[in-house]
Amino acid sequence: MSTLIQNIAWIIPTVQTVHILCVSIVMSSMAMIDLRMMGLGARSQSVPDMVTRFMPWVWTSLVILLLSGSILIIGEPARSLMNPAFILKMSMLICVIVVTLTLQGAIRKDVAFWEMSAPRRTAARLMALVSLLLLVAIVFAGRWIAYMESYTA
Amino acid sequence: MALTDLFKSLQESPVGLAIRESGWMFPTIESIHVLAIVLVAGSIAMVDLRLLGVSSRNHAVTKLSTEVLPWVWTAFVFAAITGSLLFVSNASKYFINVPFRLKLLCMACAGLNMLIFNLVTSRSIQNWDSSTGTPTAAKVAGGLSLLFWILVIAFGRWIGFTI
Repeated sequence: MSTLIQNIAWIIPTVQTVHILCVSIVMSSMAMIDLRMMGLGARSQSVPDMVTRFMPWVWTSLVILLLSGSILIIGEPARSLMNPAFILKMSMLICVIVVTLTLQGAIRKDVAFWEMSAPRRTAARLMALVSLLLLVAIVFAGRWIAYMESYTA
Repeated sequence: MALTDLFKSLQESPVGLAIRESGWMFPTIESIHVLAIVLVAGSIAMVDLRLLGVSSRNHAVTKLSTEVLPWVWTAFVFAAITGSLLFVSNASKYFINVPFRLKLLCMACAGLNMLIFNLVTSRSIQNWDSSTGTPTAAKVAGGLSLLFWILVIAFGRWIGFTI
């Protein structure tokens, strides 16, 4: 399977393109939501409204990212799995998913959850900022996979 | 002939040399470029999908555009600046690269599409701004815009495999 993916020249660039397109959907949606949670950005849209509108796209894109990413890993296993940039990227991805589920899980149960008190408001803003920084770092780490050498056994 | 000389002087300039020969400058500039592009494409997609009547249907087109377009333009500026720096680092090679040329062509088409939408199709926008249905011309504009920006990303990725 691995050699097949590598040998058919158009597979890896095409799968990477799909990967990047999904990153576009995730990054733009999350940037708008996170900035709104930090008090910046589109005032006319409420956070719950944006979450309802954007998150289905985000989660669907995440599934496609995992699928396309898996094809890329199968195609070039050592380049991915033993690469420090890739390992960092995956670690940060797990963190940002946890942060996102924390922020949005609470909103799902109680729309005003993060507005209820000053500590909660601060916590939400901080988590939104961390989410944004992690996502940016994930994009960088993804690009740097190509420039870092994989660990050799 | 003058063009090839220009490219040579660009890539041999201090900036061009620095980016090309440094181990970290090109990857870093390129990463910012990728980040900027995904924000441009994703933001434009929000407006395009609204024009197509696929999403954000209870938001007026003009209001959505007013909120989203500043992000598009800001990200685009970053993409253009980083793109120019990347180009300068190896001008001659990029100029003759087919995917690179196609990428620029698609961007020009996207721009033209946007211009036509703003000058012509938008004239009647008061009539359909808040309705979920949009005129065919608006749907075409949204669909073409999505297509062009998807191609920009695809050709952009192909540069790396053909340069």
